[in-house]
Amino acid sequence: MKFSDLGDLAFRNLRESVLRNSLTTLGVAVGVASLVAMLSLGVGLQQLATSRLAKTGLFDSIFVTPKTNLRGPGAGPPATRMPSAKSRPLDEDARAEISRMPNVTEVYPQIRFFTAVRFDDKPFATFVAGMPQSSKASGAFDGMQGSFFSSGNADEAILQVEFAKELDPQTASLIGKDLVLRYAERQALPSAPADPAQSSDGFSVVPKERHLRIIGIVETEPASGFGGFGSGRLLIPLSVAETLRAAQVNDLRDILRDSSSSDKPTYASLTVRLKSPSLVVATEAKIKDLGFSAFSLLDVSKSIATFFRVLDLLLGIFSSLALAVATLGIVNTLVMAVLERRREIGVLKALGAADRDVKQLFFVEAGVMGFLGGIFGTFLGWLIGRALTFGTNVYLHRQNLPSTEISSVPWWLVLFGIGFAMFVSLGAGLYPASRAARLDPVQALRYE
Amino acid sequence: MTNDLPVNQAAIHLDRVARHYQMGESVIRAVDDVSLSIQSGEFLALLGSSGSGKSTLLNLIAGLDRPTSGAVIANGQDLSKMSSLELARYRRQTVGMVFQSFNLLPRMTLEENVELPLRLAEVDRSERAARVREALGRVGLEKRAGHRPSELSGGEQQRTAVARALVNRPKILLADEPTGNLDSSTGESILALLREIQKNPGMTIVMVTHERPLAERFADRLGVMGDGKLLSNGAAR
Repeated sequence: MKFSDLGDLAFRNLRESVLRNSLTTLGVAVGVASLVAMLSLGVGLQQLATSRLAKTGLFDSIFVTPKTNLRGPGAGPPATRMPSAKSRPLDEDARAEISRMPNVTEVYPQIRFFTAVRFDDKPFATFVAGMPQSSKASGAFDGMQGSFFSSGNADEAILQVEFAKELDPQTASLIGKDLVLRYAERQALPSAPADPAQSSDGFSVVPKERHLRIIGIVETEPASGFGGFGSGRLLIPLSVAETLRAAQVNDLRDILRDSSSSDKPTYASLTVRLKSPSLVVATEAKIKDLGFSAFSLLDVSKSIATFFRVLDLLLGIFSSLALAVATLGIVNTLVMAVLERRREIGVLKALGAADRDVKQLFFVEAGVMGFLGGIFGTFLGWLIGRALTFGTNVYLHRQNLPSTEISSVPWWLVLFGIGFAMFVSLGAGLYPASRAARLDPVQALRYE
Repeated sequence: MTNDLPVNQAAIHLDRVARHYQMGESVIRAVDDVSLSIQSGEFLALLGSSGSGKSTLLNLIAGLDRPTSGAVIANGQDLSKMSSLELARYRRQTVGMVFQSFNLLPRMTLEENVELPLRLAEVDRSERAARVREALGRVGLEKRAGHRPSELSGGEQQRTAVARALVNRPKILLADEPTGNLDSSTGESILALLREIQKNPGMTIVMVTHERPLAERFADRLGVMGDGKLLSNGAAR
């Protein structure tokens, strides 16, 4: 029989016992819905986690340190951490060279220094961190009070909430007020070639002040650089931080280690941001070729992907139990149909239907139930996912937290839901179909 | 006409055909050593009491059942040596069947019932409508094509069954008690229809019946069965 005729007859047969077949199809739909809803949660949570992590810049970043950096990651065991005489300084030239590399979107140093703050004529002490403008997208500033820096050169400050509370317990009232930053500026000393004891240029430290306007309060403690490095409780635009030329912790170490160009600033580390995490490995190798140490967290992102795959698998297995029950429903419905339609099967065989035709007819009926159940179930699963997202967002709003998407039904999940339902239904149709095909037409025609 | 017709001239030839069933420890000999030849274009009526084996013999000729021993040769082919797929093709192309209880599918209209063998034979959709109209016209039911079987009388239902049996233009028409569920005048009209079909376009008909007077009026030859054996075989008139 042609497939179009098989489909036509199958639909007719399904319409004949419409209530029973609808209930069976609904059973399949509920099974598929639970599967799709669970997997959509898995997919949604994975997307949420990866997008949040991607926003932090952890996975499209490379952390670059000079090879002589004693504290840099990847510096090896202590015995090997001897500074190399020929190691290249991580200075402005290096920063420019790395910036020119293909696919590099941003290269910035981590600037973090200790400071005294005067606010309301009272002194406070804290760490200042320079934040690049790109950190606005990191997610750390989502839900902040006030606003992000109006420009990269604005004399503005964002306070970490704990520090803000030290200034004024009513943190909201701080926004718009000014504070004074007292810091130590590094100034080059004039060279003194006559003195043989002074082997190189040094620098002096001069106290300076800068007036900043508080424009925001942030709950988290955003990292200005890689991982937790460079976090501070008083955040200022990175460009402003650079112009301050504030003496940093590593300056003293550098002047002892490196005899050259103490006037020329060197960086303890640079964070290199790329267009995509997939470019990290190649770029990391190129940076190492330039003579620097480089480190990335890409391996961690791979572990996260593996974790979510395992989570999806477990969610899929548990939710498949509902589909397994629905499968038994299909077997039951079709076995009943074979019993009820014995005579019809006998007539079909007497008219020339081969065993194969009868088998295919029941197979198509199972497939149609699976297909319709798959479509309806996938829609239902999507709806459950939306409901879960809605419920979660209502809760998050009550907690004054930003809304989020916890479920996602991508196209592959739609196709998988329908395809899996059909696959399972066809499997369920195997036994009834072969039972129908094996019916003896003489016995079937005698059946009343 | 006798049963010693040469095999190559017969539409159907049964050679020492037996069909035995095992019932516990006893063997039921439903058909027991029957040899018979039916000429092309002949109308044979098989008579006999209930359980005489006439319907079993008809099922063997229809290819719905296989003999325990012996050969059933129809249209030059030995059915006992055919695969189930070949038997299905034989039933589709060579044989048309009419049953006592009509066996129309109740959820289909008359034209859909008649179309069913064409679907099984994978006849093109474009050709089907004309063939269905022709078959229904042949039995005088073209105006009832859109009705369901439950809306028809018994005679009309049996006419529809005849149309369904004819639609694939088979060479052999097999009828199992076609008048069994009909009143006598309707039964007569059905047999008149079969007789007409036998003449034009020319078809071999084997009919199982227990109504001897009707068989004698319409069939060319009568075969009488009892206890699975062919007891007599001779001209009806």
